[in-house]
Amino acid sequence: MRWKGRSLSLAWARRIVVVACVLIWMLPPVSAVPADDGAEWRMPARDYASTRFSPLDEITPSNASRLKLAFSFSTGVEKGHEAAPIVVGGTMYVVTPYPNYVFAFDLTKPGANVKWKFDPKTNASSQGVACCDVVNRGAVYADGRLFFNTLDNHTIALDAASGKELWRAKLGEIQLGQTLTMAPLVVKGRVLVGNSGGEFGIRGWLTALDAATGNQLWRAYSTGPDKDVLIGAAFKPFYAGDRGKDLGVKTWPADAWKIGGGTVWGWISYDPQLDVIYYGTSNPGPWNPDQRPGANKWTCGIFARRPESGEAVWFYQASPHDQYDYDGVNESVLVDLPIGGATRKVLLHPDRNGYLYVIDRATGEVLSADPFGHITTSLGVDLESGALRYNPQKAPKVGKVVRDICPASAGAKDWQPTAWSPRTRLLYIPQQNLCQDTLVAETSYIAGTPYVGAELKMRPGPGGHRGEFSAWDPVAHKKVWTIAEDFPVWSGAVATAGDVVFYGTMDGWFKAVDAKNGTLLWRFKTSSGIIGQPVSYRGPDGHQYVAVLAGVGGWAGAVVSGDLDTRDGSAAFGFVNAMKDLPLVTTKGGMLYVFRLP
Amino acid sequence: MSSVCRNALLFVALLCFTGLAQPRELRVCADPDNLPLSDASGNGFENRIARLVAEEMGAELRYEWLPLRRGFVRKTIDAGLCDVFIGVPREFERVLVTRSYYRSSYVFVDGPRAHGIDGFDDGRLASLTIGVQLVGNDLAATPPGHALAATRNVENVRGFTIYGEGPVAQRMVAAVASGEIDAALIWGPQAGYFARRAALEVRAARPPFGLAGVPFEFDIAMGVRRGDRALRDEIDAIIERRRADIDAILAAYSVPRSDRAGGETQ
Repeated sequence: MRWKGRSLSLAWARRIVVVACVLIWMLPPVSAVPADDGAEWRMPARDYASTRFSPLDEITPSNASRLKLAFSFSTGVEKGHEAAPIVVGGTMYVVTPYPNYVFAFDLTKPGANVKWKFDPKTNASSQGVACCDVVNRGAVYADGRLFFNTLDNHTIALDAASGKELWRAKLGEIQLGQTLTMAPLVVKGRVLVGNSGGEFGIRGWLTALDAATGNQLWRAYSTGPDKDVLIGAAFKPFYAGDRGKDLGVKTWPADAWKIGGGTVWGWISYDPQLDVIYYGTSNPGPWNPDQRPGANKWTCGIFARRPESGEAVWFYQASPHDQYDYDGVNESVLVDLPIGGATRKVLLHPDRNGYLYVIDRATGEVLSADPFGHITTSLGVDLESGALRYNPQKAPKVGKVVRDICPASAGAKDWQPTAWSPRTRLLYIPQQNLCQDTLVAETSYIAGTPYVGAELKMRPGPGGHRGEFSAWDPVAHKKVWTIAEDFPVWSGAVATAGDVVFYGTMDGWFKAVDAKNGTLLWRFKTSSGIIGQPVSYRGPDGHQYVAVLAGVGGWAGAVVSGDLDTRDGSAAFGFVNAMKDLPLVTTKGGMLYVFRLP
Repeated sequence: MSSVCRNALLFVALLCFTGLAQPRELRVCADPDNLPLSDASGNGFENRIARLVAEEMGAELRYEWLPLRRGFVRKTIDAGLCDVFIGVPREFERVLVTRSYYRSSYVFVDGPRAHGIDGFDDGRLASLTIGVQLVGNDLAATPPGHALAATRNVENVRGFTIYGEGPVAQRMVAAVASGEIDAALIWGPQAGYFARRAALEVRAARPPFGLAGVPFEFDIAMGVRRGDRALRDEIDAIIERRRADIDAILAAYSVPRSDRAGGETQ
């Protein structure tokens, strides 16, 4: 018995060793996942779940007031700086707006001197094409390489150590109105890139490139027949309205889908367990809504896909037949939440249309959709059908004045990403508080063609402030606290394990607030308004740092970065009307700021 | 006065003199690839009108080439790159406009299946494939685009964006000529030139009844910087003086006119 027992335990030991070996073999290479100790920041959202949560806790509400500037660096570029600094192994990487310079800073040296600078020689004519300033939302690091996009439609891989170009892939044509502004994401050796330019009659897509070579592996269009959208047997949308053959053709008049927009200029998330990527599609364009009756699939919604094949898994359309420019490109933050007595794998998606969607990320079922901003354009989301219930009284029409369209086209929140803290279980939302009027337009003229349209004018929403920074509890369906900001909060946010949250304002304040109650702990006045994405990392000296790019611009700040005429309220699609005082409080120019405790 | 000073003064005087003696310049902002209006080789009718205006002023003609797309006023005339646009709608408020020198309308360019079509009440419209120009986002559409939507003719409409290889009217007329679409609704001055070369007919489009605030005809004028009244007045006088020559240029480019006695609009 004893002998037999001994033999059994030997057999078990052997099995354990085998299982352990298999487990170790199955582990992804260390470089494929962000370091868990919070030292690094390898992608704009820090992790695949897009939490923008730093596990560092040296900076706390009790010491944040002592934060000091560690170093700064002028990028020499004047347009809007929306990128997140990337930090890997003692080096920080920053990509600028057009002309898309990449800087590498040596964090081990005092003052973090420039290790190398890369100039991609971006085509100057791409500037005239970009819709809303010539921004770039950042680079991404994977396996010793740095990947980023240029405004003139190139994805470029650099050797992160030397700054040497390894490959570049051309993905689109400027002449057709296409640009690239988003930050790529690298999943399973694939560089995922989406296009910009829905205003100009292009067809949106997400493309996967081989990280080793730049060769295209798949491209999933946002409109057109199922074979182009990579919809096949695996596609199981939750709602009946998204089921059926070739809806990307049938929900449009005749050939309108061929130039139907649905670009992919925002964020991508990835759930390694479910092996699914999530991203949003932009508005349908350049058609007038009256010219494109139908739901206009697959615009203004969220796609779930397999990263290896691009196959669609599910889709949810937040704004069918969009009439307001409510692009669906905002981030999806992947978290597990206790809902209805069970832990649900959900994604949190604060949409431009003003609703914070909590969606089961395995199935695409909308579990809740609560207004996080002031909404007049719709009356709620029907959870049975998933449908947005539009308010017909606010439907814009040419030749008709429609006032109090809320949120304005820029949405209750635009591209600027939220942060999630697993400690407070709150989503920190940088947002707008803007409404707009659609007025009867004057005669316009473009490329020798006279026409009439509608004139948009944005203005502050209820309360008179134009922005907010709020903390949202997705389980309790409520705003826990909010900070009213004079200007739209067009910067990203970062949450930290020290329970301090950082964000920036367009008049140039970089702020630290208490994650629990929003109390202002510290602020620093930067040289230009902030629309960048703050990040936090541990420096080679072992201390926690917080970094952000200042440099006002983007759609909201184009009045400054583009020297727009403040008398022309309809400039920048009506945004200038709401931002006439911005040039009085800030000037343009990119500057990197890095802070730490003394 | 020291000789150094005297020499310096002489030098300054010389500089002033040569500055004054330099010929006057007329700086025109134009699209480098937008025939029949303009192209970088100077082959468009706006190029020819620009030469005429410069000649009348005794000025040297200089171009600033930029695709006249969104934000073009801000990037060109407002940025001080040039003094004049040769063609803008008379109602265009971004610039100070001169008097108009022609009036045209949106037109149908028809192929065999759409022969003779001129309005939106034509029963054939529902079954025809019609091309329209797409100009942008946010409720912006050409007047015929609005008209097609208002009359519920949306199912067989083909959009042609201003972005693409070559002028949009050229692509649209080629699509009619090849039978890819049955008819195209195009701004007259762009349509006439390409239609004639393709031996296709051009017919002024009648707006549908009840489509308020969406005109099909536009007066075209030149545009100068807001506040530049002197230049405006000077150009106004030139337009009056050389009206017959301008008319001849427009006729040579088959610009359909809705302002000519005898109904020269085809």
